[in-house]
Amino acid sequence: MVALMPLAKFFLPANSKIGEGKRYSAPAGATNVKTFNIYRWDPDTDENPRIDAFEVDLDSCGPMVLDALIKIKDEVDSTLTFRRSCREGVCGSCSMNVDGTNTLSCIKAIEEVKGDVDIYPLPHMSVVKDLVVDLSTAFAQYAAIEPWLQADTPAPPDSERLQSPEERKQLDGLWECVLCFCCSASCPSYWWNGERGYLGPATLLQAQRWVADSRDEATGHRLDELEDEMRLFRCHTIMNCTVTCPKNLNPGKAIGEIKQLMIKRG
Amino acid sequence: MEKRKRPLSPHLSVYKGQISSVVSVMQRVTGGGLAIGLVYFVYWLGAAAYGPEAYARAHWFLTSWFGYLSLFGFSICLYFHLCNGIRHLVWDIGYGFEIEQVHLGGIAVLAGTAILTVLTWMVFLLTGGGAS
Repeated sequence: MVALMPLAKFFLPANSKIGEGKRYSAPAGATNVKTFNIYRWDPDTDENPRIDAFEVDLDSCGPMVLDALIKIKDEVDSTLTFRRSCREGVCGSCSMNVDGTNTLSCIKAIEEVKGDVDIYPLPHMSVVKDLVVDLSTAFAQYAAIEPWLQADTPAPPDSERLQSPEERKQLDGLWECVLCFCCSASCPSYWWNGERGYLGPATLLQAQRWVADSRDEATGHRLDELEDEMRLFRCHTIMNCTVTCPKNLNPGKAIGEIKQLMIKRG
Repeated sequence: MEKRKRPLSPHLSVYKGQISSVVSVMQRVTGGGLAIGLVYFVYWLGAAAYGPEAYARAHWFLTSWFGYLSLFGFSICLYFHLCNGIRHLVWDIGYGFEIEQVHLGGIAVLAGTAILTVLTWMVFLLTGGGAS
């Protein structure tokens, strides 16, 4: 019965149902046109979310999905709202759902998408405006794993805390995470359990980043905090996280490693 | 003006189905199927213990078209849950987390389910199909 309880959650609440929006035609004479169907929601109106269709002339547009968004904002509708900063996949701001999976729009090539480009905010999140979602819960969960180096042993007086090349290698595949939360927002378990305490793949990968750090001395404490049916064990190895990660990291594997450590310490 | 309650962004309706999530959903669904199948199984055992008439009735039901259909569904659930259960055990001992392995494993589970189900019913039907 527990499995049936969240049935209601499979459907969007009434205020979230998506209506039809406007269509903005390409400028006359454009020959290389692609349509971008973009989720819109304006907090200052009483209207439900809608999908606006923007026809974009690709001959005068950069190669990435973010380039098209910026072009639309510049030339067609300046109210289109989205987060972006670095435009090269290192800041993690422009995460969104493009063509059915989550990615960073700045490193997603338009030509990778066949047909229209459908763009939604990160799934199952509270929408602030258009493609901007409220990540407060996600960042509070990140803070909860105490993402900083913890050690009782004082650092050497004349140097930094050193690692061997092998010890440093343990952090590869973990430190590169830019906290875009594409993985967490791709995880059905995080959709249903994120608000109930499941930390989600992004935060758990970060947890493993500190557990795996040879300089960190709080491993036991960290594992104690994670050993919880909600926080860690709502991961059912669905692996959507790893499939969607725009940085090609493997949160599913990182979570598996945490579970292994739980078993090994008994 | 008081701002409206923020909408929830779409999830199931927009997220692309893929081997990873589809196989996971099927693990749940087939688990439910097994629970229903267990009721059939207990009914059959109970009927056998109760006596020849009860057993004959159970036999009639289980070999009716509806009974066959149920048992066919039950066998799919059993083999899927078994194969994917093994896949989960492999993950639990720390292997098979690379994307290619995840995809291959998912396809192997689907193929294994089809092959085992077809084999089972071929053997069953070729050896008399439950006729007494």
